[in-house]
Amino acid sequence: MSVIYLLLALSILVAIIFFIAFIISVKKGQFDDSYTPSVRMLFEDELVNDNKD
Amino acid sequence: MENIQCFHCGDSCEKETITIDKKSFCCNGCKTVYEIFSENNLTCYYDFQHNPGAIPLEIKGKYDFLNEEKIVEKLLEFNDEKTQIITLFIPHIHCSSCIWVLENLHKLQTNISSSIVNFPKKTVRITFNSSKTTLQEVVLLLSSIGYEPYISLEDYEGGKKNIDRSLLYKLGIAGFAFGNVMFLSFPEYFEVSEFWLEQYKNIFRWLMFAFSLPVVFYAGQDYFISAYKGIRSKILNIDVPIALGISVLFIRSSVEIIFNLGTGFFDSLTGLIFFLLLGKYFQQRTYNFLSFERDYKSYFPIAVTRILSENKEETVQIYEVKKGDRLLIRHQELIPVDAILINGKAQIDYSFVTGESVAVEKKSGDKLFAGGKQLSDILEIEVLASVSQSYLTQLWSNDAFQKDKNSSFKTVTDNISKHFTIFVLTVSSLSTFFWLFFDASKALNVFTAVLIIACPCAIALAAPFTLGNILRIFGKKKFYLKNATVIEQLASIDMVIFDKTGTITTSKNNTINYEGFELSKSEMALLKNSLRGSNHPLSRMLYESVEEVEKFKVDDFKEFVGKGIETSYQHKKAKIGSYSFVKNEIEKHSFDTSVHISFDDDYKGKFSFKNKYREGFLEVFSNLDKHYRLAILSGDNKGEENYLKEKLSSNTQLLFDQKPVDKLNYIAKLQESGHKIAMIGDGLNDAGALAQSDVGISLSENINTFSTACDAILDATKFNQIASYIHASKKAIQIIKYAFLFSLLYNVVGLYFAITGQLMPIIAAILMPLSSISIVVFTTISTNLIGKKLA
Repeated sequence: MSVIYLLLALSILVAIIFFIAFIISVKKGQFDDSYTPSVRMLFEDELVNDNKD
Repeated sequence: MENIQCFHCGDSCEKETITIDKKSFCCNGCKTVYEIFSENNLTCYYDFQHNPGAIPLEIKGKYDFLNEEKIVEKLLEFNDEKTQIITLFIPHIHCSSCIWVLENLHKLQTNISSSIVNFPKKTVRITFNSSKTTLQEVVLLLSSIGYEPYISLEDYEGGKKNIDRSLLYKLGIAGFAFGNVMFLSFPEYFEVSEFWLEQYKNIFRWLMFAFSLPVVFYAGQDYFISAYKGIRSKILNIDVPIALGISVLFIRSSVEIIFNLGTGFFDSLTGLIFFLLLGKYFQQRTYNFLSFERDYKSYFPIAVTRILSENKEETVQIYEVKKGDRLLIRHQELIPVDAILINGKAQIDYSFVTGESVAVEKKSGDKLFAGGKQLSDILEIEVLASVSQSYLTQLWSNDAFQKDKNSSFKTVTDNISKHFTIFVLTVSSLSTFFWLFFDASKALNVFTAVLIIACPCAIALAAPFTLGNILRIFGKKKFYLKNATVIEQLASIDMVIFDKTGTITTSKNNTINYEGFELSKSEMALLKNSLRGSNHPLSRMLYESVEEVEKFKVDDFKEFVGKGIETSYQHKKAKIGSYSFVKNEIEKHSFDTSVHISFDDDYKGKFSFKNKYREGFLEVFSNLDKHYRLAILSGDNKGEENYLKEKLSSNTQLLFDQKPVDKLNYIAKLQESGHKIAMIGDGLNDAGALAQSDVGISLSENINTFSTACDAILDATKFNQIASYIHASKKAIQIIKYAFLFSLLYNVVGLYFAITGQLMPIIAAILMPLSSISIVVFTTISTNLIGKKLA
């Protein structure tokens, strides 16, 4: 039944990986501006159109 | 002359229309911006939003100070040999077109490697190659496309600001631990003596313990600090019972697992801190693009041009300006110090300071006060006092700017928590006492259980969620508050004081009334054509208001600075200007601003300019008059006294000729006699009064740019809603009180389990989130109902 130790360790490891990802993203400032990226991601298409003209 | 909208800025093209590419523009400036964009394949700018642009202003020489390395160094965020990074505040950022064009700056200037917009903060962070271009060039490029950055003395002083993200970290840690502890404690909720659980429960429990460590000692540390501070200053704030609850939860749980007595309450512990932090995060809603801490520094330029003896000029940092220096003030530049006008035609706009929109004309030898903006040509001035010693800036040395209004204010939560803490401590000691005699082994168990269950999670959440939501609702209605405490302060006021000019009057429109003999058609024509040549602000306004006539060139045009103009046409002479100029005699008492006219020395009458009162201003006063004492403090003369006396209820106090410091002292005096005061003002001259009052509300025509230090910023269009905002704040406080009652009910149920000594971890784990969530739901629904009633 020692498989439970393995499962526990794995589940906590996964949780910790996501937690570290969260900390890094906060540190990089991803949560400072929660609006602009939502607009920015829509721009790419217009740029392509523009180049065709 | 039909209403044609400018393709670039959206203004109506009244004066002239320039058409290229089948698109109309209101001025050359707008056309030039369009040309820049179309040359660089950036016309997509106009696709996201109609008429997104701004008219580029003339900025000749304004940014010469960016040649000074010392100044640039202070503004830059990052600087090495090749790369420089700067974050610029651009007030015009308002739509997706703005984001798009600013992030494509590299197409206009290849030496800019990247530019990233932060929309909520209205800033753009630009990285550029400093060996090939300069900061000045970047700023000029932005200005040329209508995105002039706003660089003020504050940027120079502020240096690099660190963003405080600790709450996000704490919330992350608490949420992470809460989830994992929940998952680990689940098996023991239902099966207590199952074989496999017996086998592995120790590892589960010690893992929970490990998870709760960072939650208690890092995420929850603010509650301990705040409780300690509260006790030291003899206040039982809400954080005292919370800190007590957290420590008891942690100690009892640890003891339980160490001695193998039970699972402990780690699930409730981490959940409690997670919910509390969530409430804090919800309340910590700030309007990034608004600054509530502004003083004169954000209005004043960083550097000015100093004239050296041998006709040389140099750019000098503003703090280095000394008494006796000669300065050059260009068109649209701000006068940073008190000075005497030496040379040039001055038309000073003091609207930042007083709220008065009509520019004042000054002759050489006149004294100029700091804070005015020059509207016409170049001026030469001699400095009378350094920046910090000037008439206006001295105001900021007053104590009113040092004190922190929040720290001295007792919130609803503080008031209730005092009684609550005493109640909890009494109940816990009484029940412990009882159990000591009845069954001593259970006494400690009961004591800790009471403290755990009474931990006022729901009470602590009621205020943040109610106020946070109201803050958000007000923000949508263009009433921006500095923080949640302002709502409570607003609910407690009993007196409202208004500034006059720019607050109850608008700075945009003036009404012009004519008194005197009727003017014939030819006289009107002569009047209008004479005015056309004059650049005096009153002439401009009068010119705009007089109806269209046939245009002709007057024969003789003479302008007398500070007096008026004299013209003639077909042997008819016209004199337009001040009373003494037109009538050749000294005027008796008159308080209004007026332009007099005569034809062939025959006095006809005068046009008087009156500030127009804001729409709905009488209703605002009559609404507020029912519940509050009212007063008007004006820096102006008594010209409007009779009108206001007639229109307003007799309870309204009217004071005129108030200097900025007078306003501050008047409010301080009323506060000593126990009044809670809301001050509504605008310009810098109200800054002292706004800081001194309990709630300082700054009324602003354009919330993006100018507002002084205050607790709240109100969009001028919502002026007539003031009464309903105050009313809504009162309602919000009521909601908090109901929520307190509601959460007390949960506590009573919990206390029953605790006192009888049968508190199971599962009951705590159910009660705690249940009470918190129902409080959140209750406050959110009821505040939204309040919000619906607001116009």
